[in-house]
Amino acid sequence: MTCHKLILSTHAAKPLTDRGTRVDGFRSKLAGAALMLGSTMFSGCVTVNAPSEPIVIELNINITAEVVYRLAEDAGNTIEDNADIF
Amino acid sequence: MAQTFVNKSLFAFAAAAMAFGGFAGTAHAQRDPAYAAARSAGQVGEKMDGYLGVVGTGTPAIQRIVKDINIKRRAVYTQRAAAKKSTIEEYAFTSGCLAIAATVPGEKYQAPDGSWQTRTNAPPMRDSRCAAA
Repeated sequence: MTCHKLILSTHAAKPLTDRGTRVDGFRSKLAGAALMLGSTMFSGCVTVNAPSEPIVIELNINITAEVVYRLAEDAGNTIEDNADIF
Repeated sequence: MAQTFVNKSLFAFAAAAMAFGGFAGTAHAQRDPAYAAARSAGQVGEKMDGYLGVVGTGTPAIQRIVKDINIKRRAVYTQRAAAKKSTIEEYAFTSGCLAIAATVPGEKYQAPDGSWQTRTNAPPMRDSRCAAA
């Protein structure tokens, strides 16, 4: 029986930098790693299913509709002014 | 002597460019033919994040075009984001909403689920936050 190790990274584009959250994130990762190690010892194999949610959405989770609304006009002009690269 | 000639040539060139620019005013620089061809062929597509993507495996030439354009886009996004006091990602995402909306039938764009879609006559599938753009 062969096992394939698959590491999925779902870091947000903008990591949380509020005090404490980075450390907590690291701790939860450690906990997750320990849990995985534990289950690995029992079953001998880690099965990682493809995430049902596309990671691409999480990349932009910090962006709100309000920001898009605020920037839309300027972005439209920018695209028009740089038609060669759009 | 030679220098004067060069200067005069440059001046003439600049004058000609200005004359053209005068009536070209609103018609901005057009897409490079290779880029335009890749778009129509569906070899490249508009991503949700405001950047161009290679659809499928792509050839080295296609990958180079995409990389080149994305470097230029990022430079523009960076500049405008600073002016609008937003993050580059926010500005790029907003531009992505608009760029996807601006695709024409046959071109590729990235749907909210991350898949590549071919634009039809129907409105493209966009992120809900794009509604304002």
